[in-house]
Amino acid sequence: MIEFERAGKTYPDGTVAVGEFSLRIPSHTTTVLLGSSGCGKTTLLRMVNRMVDPTSGRVLIDGEDVAQEAPVALRRRIGYVMQNSGLLPHRRVIDNIATVPRLTGMPRGAAHERARELMRTVGLDSGLARRYPGQLSGGQQQRVGVARALASDPNILLMDEPFGAVDPLVRMELQRELRRLQTQLRKTILFVTHDIDEALALGDQIVVLQPGGQIAQAGTPEEIVAAPANDFVARFLGLDAGRRSLRARPQPGGGWLVSDAGGRPLGVLPDDPAREGPG
Amino acid sequence: MANAGHILGLTGAHLQLSLPAIAAAFLLSLPLARLANRLRPARALILGGTGLLYAVPSLPLFIVLPVLIGTGVRDTLNVIVALTLFGLALMVRSAADALDAVDEDTRLAATALGHSSRGRFWTVELPLAGPALLAGLRVVSVSTISLVSVSAVLGVQSLGSLFTDGFQRGIVAAVAAGIAMTVLLALLLDLLLVLLGRLLMPWSRR
Repeated sequence: MIEFERAGKTYPDGTVAVGEFSLRIPSHTTTVLLGSSGCGKTTLLRMVNRMVDPTSGRVLIDGEDVAQEAPVALRRRIGYVMQNSGLLPHRRVIDNIATVPRLTGMPRGAAHERARELMRTVGLDSGLARRYPGQLSGGQQQRVGVARALASDPNILLMDEPFGAVDPLVRMELQRELRRLQTQLRKTILFVTHDIDEALALGDQIVVLQPGGQIAQAGTPEEIVAAPANDFVARFLGLDAGRRSLRARPQPGGGWLVSDAGGRPLGVLPDDPAREGPG
Repeated sequence: MANAGHILGLTGAHLQLSLPAIAAAFLLSLPLARLANRLRPARALILGGTGLLYAVPSLPLFIVLPVLIGTGVRDTLNVIVALTLFGLALMVRSAADALDAVDEDTRLAATALGHSSRGRFWTVELPLAGPALLAGLRVVSVSTISLVSVSAVLGVQSLGSLFTDGFQRGIVAAVAAGIAMTVLLALLLDLLLVLLGRLLMPWSRR
């Protein structure tokens, strides 16, 4: 479990990145910090592995204040995935994945064995092991980033807009993969994004942030879509623009064409005799 | 050519003066560059200060240096130290810029993975600065090979002796041979450095 206790970050020049933030993140769940750029979400994420130290309040992992831990040791037991993968360009895929096990003293052979196993876990072809990151596609690089974060089998996974830089099709595939992985691995995931659809797709808990790390609303995806706490959340979800009020029209060949309030087609709902047509 | 043995000997002497200086300039530039990058306020001072060394005329330096370090004017050590200083003048700025240009995201990623500050320098920043460091080193190498010749005026043997002797005795062939061998040596060393770079940094050409 991760707990933020009135955590805040003010920079020496007086800029307030995060005012006062309190949140409890239950173990084995995915919590998404959702907000536009400058809302302090990355700062909050980095407080967990001490890449940023809060200037007020504290962050606890399983009841222990992270400030009591040596940053280097702490980071080695927390997985971290960032945008643009953050892979080390001078190391082959297999060595990138084996980085943390090697740092913690695992022999090279065993670390590589572990890395190969993780390549299978995240769906990477073993033929890519000897490649350099620059020789991979964006989607493959992100998979390597996820594999690398999992290498030391951490309980906590911090993900900072990990799928932000890949095209929409690949992003959806990566999200699907992450959901599959999560049912299997059950990590405590803290995931940062500005993409509402991504938040709805991945989060057990979604925290909508306003500038300064203010919580606009925290809840399950259902709660947030069904009952947005205020205008800010509604706007963020696109509720005010009618993006989430859906209409369905019967199609000539059967089934329903679903569109938003503005008439933009969103998808097709197949005919289901057990269900009454929406309307 | 009967002089081939003589020229070969001078080439050897030339290398004995230049190689240690090139190596020393490279190795000493790294801690200085790292210091300059870490102490931002001192950066301009360190880079400017070492850069100014290059403005010192070479011949006076060869003559003044023995007074400061207690060697003879014709000691090879005197020549090597002077050449190292000139090498540093070029290399410290190159190295500081090379280390500074390492991608910030990569640096952050290395930190997030749990590299210590020192570990990150040796295993991430230094290798990634490699191509730019190599570019700087190539300039130092060529510059040093050509500068060595000046020491011939003091009477220290090198390919430069072919100029001084040839000039005094009016032997054009000797001067020509000196020029040709110096250029050849500089080119060969440069080629060697490029090959070494390819060997050590296979990731940089993708």
